[in-house]
Amino acid sequence: MTARVGVVTFPGTLDDRDTQRAVRIAGLEAVPLWHRDKDLKQVDAVVLPGGFSYGDYLRAGAISRFSPVMESVIDRAKSGMPVLGICNGFQVLTESHLLPGAMLRNNHLHFICRDQKLRVENADTAWTSDYEAGQEISVPLKNIDGRYVADERTLDELEAEGRVAFRYLDGNPNGSLRDIAGITNAEGNVVGLMPHPEHAVEPLIGTGRTDGLGFFTSILKKLVNA
Amino acid sequence: MSLDTVKHAAETPEDAQPWAELGLKEDEYARIREILGRRPTGAELAMYSVMWSEHCSYKSSKVHLRQFGEKAPENDALLVGIGENAGVVDVGQGYAVTFKVESHNHPSYIEPYQGAATGVGGIVRDILAMGARPVAVMDPLRFGAADHPDTKRVLPGVVAGIGGYGNCLGLPNIGGEVVFDACYQGNPLVNALCVGVMKHEDIHLAKASGAGNKVILYGARTGGDGIGGVSVLASETFDDSKPTKRPAVQVGDPFQEKLLIECTLEIFRENLVDGIQDLGGAGLSCATSELASAGSGGMRVELDTVPLRDSSLSPEEILMSESQERMCAVVEPGKVDRFLEICEKWDVIATVIGEVTDGERLEIFWHGEQIVDVPPRTVAHEGPVYDRPYARPDWQDTLQADDANALPRPQTPQELREQVLKVVSSPNQASKSWITDQYDRFVQGNTVLAQPEDSGMVRIDADTNLGVAVATDGNGRYAKLDPYAGAQLALAESYRNVAATGARPLAISNCLNFGSPEDPAVMWQFAEATRGLADGCLALGTPVTGGNVSLYNQTGETAIHPTPVVAVLGVIDDVERRTPMAFREEGQLLYLLGDTREELGGSAWSQVIHDHLGGLPPKVDLEREKLLAEILISASRDGMIDAAHDLSDGGLVQAVTESCLRGGTGARLIVPDGLSAFTFLFSESAGRAVVSVPRSEELRFSDMCGARGLPATRIGVVDGESLDVQGHFELPLGELRSAYEATIPSLLA
Repeated sequence: MTARVGVVTFPGTLDDRDTQRAVRIAGLEAVPLWHRDKDLKQVDAVVLPGGFSYGDYLRAGAISRFSPVMESVIDRAKSGMPVLGICNGFQVLTESHLLPGAMLRNNHLHFICRDQKLRVENADTAWTSDYEAGQEISVPLKNIDGRYVADERTLDELEAEGRVAFRYLDGNPNGSLRDIAGITNAEGNVVGLMPHPEHAVEPLIGTGRTDGLGFFTSILKKLVNA
Repeated sequence: MSLDTVKHAAETPEDAQPWAELGLKEDEYARIREILGRRPTGAELAMYSVMWSEHCSYKSSKVHLRQFGEKAPENDALLVGIGENAGVVDVGQGYAVTFKVESHNHPSYIEPYQGAATGVGGIVRDILAMGARPVAVMDPLRFGAADHPDTKRVLPGVVAGIGGYGNCLGLPNIGGEVVFDACYQGNPLVNALCVGVMKHEDIHLAKASGAGNKVILYGARTGGDGIGGVSVLASETFDDSKPTKRPAVQVGDPFQEKLLIECTLEIFRENLVDGIQDLGGAGLSCATSELASAGSGGMRVELDTVPLRDSSLSPEEILMSESQERMCAVVEPGKVDRFLEICEKWDVIATVIGEVTDGERLEIFWHGEQIVDVPPRTVAHEGPVYDRPYARPDWQDTLQADDANALPRPQTPQELREQVLKVVSSPNQASKSWITDQYDRFVQGNTVLAQPEDSGMVRIDADTNLGVAVATDGNGRYAKLDPYAGAQLALAESYRNVAATGARPLAISNCLNFGSPEDPAVMWQFAEATRGLADGCLALGTPVTGGNVSLYNQTGETAIHPTPVVAVLGVIDDVERRTPMAFREEGQLLYLLGDTREELGGSAWSQVIHDHLGGLPPKVDLEREKLLAEILISASRDGMIDAAHDLSDGGLVQAVTESCLRGGTGARLIVPDGLSAFTFLFSESAGRAVVSVPRSEELRFSDMCGARGLPATRIGVVDGESLDVQGHFELPLGELRSAYEATIPSLLA
């Protein structure tokens, strides 16, 4: 018996099929979820994949946050279901107030697509337990609205509570405050980051690294071997 | 103004009509009157004007393009040839691939962001209309001088437009070109390519058959943008004396297009359409007349049912609008409900606007009154054809006599070293990653190779590792010196680039960018280039599957360099066998494949060091290209090489620099006997590649080259932290990298 991981498709979601593939490669069952359905189909965890949901109109993630599927995701996340938001998914999580802060346009104002080095700062979340704290990984980064911001107090809190999950290394690609690439909630079940671990799961594809696979093996261990 | 109905037109033969303003010539207008036996209505005139434009009708190029069919090589792989939205090629395992390259040059100059964005959108819909899921895009781009102030306006807008649209569609951008030359100053070339994949049984064609079948328009609402895009904008020379053509540029909404893609693919999966056509240039005029023309019957359309963004649009404007993100499908009545349901699921507006009839006319009504009654073939396929006069320009001999091989060369190793740095850091040779990093190359999770690799490669089946590779190349400088050879060199380079990554070239698409066909010198360039390309495709066994012609790329009397851009598609059975370009393993041996002659005409060296264009381009030997490709493919399949990089502009030193920097390793090179260091480094002889061979494979590899008669010269070894041309100079990788990488950001960022 493996676990079921839901992957939500909003209109304008792009990385849903890639995320489903990454989930399967890790040995989990991928369950497509549709934005108009409240029904989460008995999944054990949910990934909100990248893309431009609702065209990023208004603000990235601002409309998706009100979709029927998100009502259920928000409810279940509050009661402990693991949720991972990647890129646009991270934006949806901040818009949903499951995670603090917001993403603004990159400081150089361009879309940027590159292999990005990160440090895993917190290896105790549902999505990072297969990494070591302090481990350096490289996964693709690709966005135009990737600059993480929050007020100073929130940033200090995140730091103090070990909730900065990932930090950019070798150059901050977008002006994110304190080099923050991803964060977690206090419980460690909701994690969001801008870079794309689902694009780094096969040695042949993309950058040729599999550094992103750990996100999916972490959740496999949590859900199945726990 | 009252409605100009068919009845009214018949009663008022003398009414003056704005045919000239719509881009028609006097004899063309007379011909329309002859076809209809009366004056056209306003709506009919609008339709003919856009469909008979150069852009849609290929009226000046058709007589030359016929060669692509007449000289087509025997090739079992071609499933759908020229004439459809895009050609389709069999790549094995039941898969078919469709690809096409198209131009969006004129709009991109007027309005860089939207022009380039909608160029991507248009080609993606062409591919989608064939029944395929789009899987990758590429953009061959050409701009004016890199340091010209207007390039700073046009280039960032074009790049942001391609990124803004393409990234939002979820299509990896896996390659293309960026070239700077003063000749493109007022006429940048923005070409866009898309590749799509389907199963054989999923191929769809643009035709309307079966009386009673419904015609459904779905996607975005129709607005007032892009009216006259193909006629008054794309089919005329830019001229300062005329009013601004900005309203003729379309405005794109990639979010709508993404929905349209997913919605259409779901409709295909349930087999709900009989015929399908995208709306691009010439909008509804094109879609309705082409669908009806290719089908067995006629078509009746209620134009007032078309959903509008602006309710004040006239019927003529609705017919001419090039609003983006729209498709037109022909659907059996019993399948209409399900069709509409899927559209609703994806929040796509869909409207039944008409039906297929058993007549032979395309009839369009506006609130019950008939405004169009035409034989559809006369609109879509039987437009005017011109055999325009052409003549070899008198300056061609002078140009060719101005031999680049006679230019002063570096006299000392120090001077040679400086010139190497100058060439690799020149805008055309320098790293383009500042540009390509604005495109998503990872999305869909199947990208095996992307820029700056020789070809882009995507996996199309994750179980079998079947993949396809695509490269696009063109060299306007070569083509200016000799358009026949220049077209073949573009073909040869693209073919070589595909083979260098280990894929077998199968078929080509092309985008032929030229000046005004009304200039006999330009027409000669066009005739020569098409003849060269057709002959070349026959020799290489790669048929032309389709493409696009862009004429009138000139400002006043000055035309761009003739610029045929060739896209070659190849197949690779196992993407794990692909050959990347990076030198990675120290100690591996570097072999130069092919012959190096003293060939500097049109070269990067002559441009960068001497600002010179003259002489003859490199000699073309297509038999040699075939042999080189076979060796590269065999060596890749059998694991004899670890890296390969094609040699083209900039010559060997450019290729070695790129492979070293990509892998982060140095190379020690030894100038072979019989060559000067200068010729060895800078000559641009065609039919060459450099490969990195593991020592364990050296014997097997050199034996194979020897047995098959391909010259293979050992020129050095992967080693150290510098590019070391022994006995001449040494360039530390760090210095080389800063030179190579700093240029473009410093000009444009």
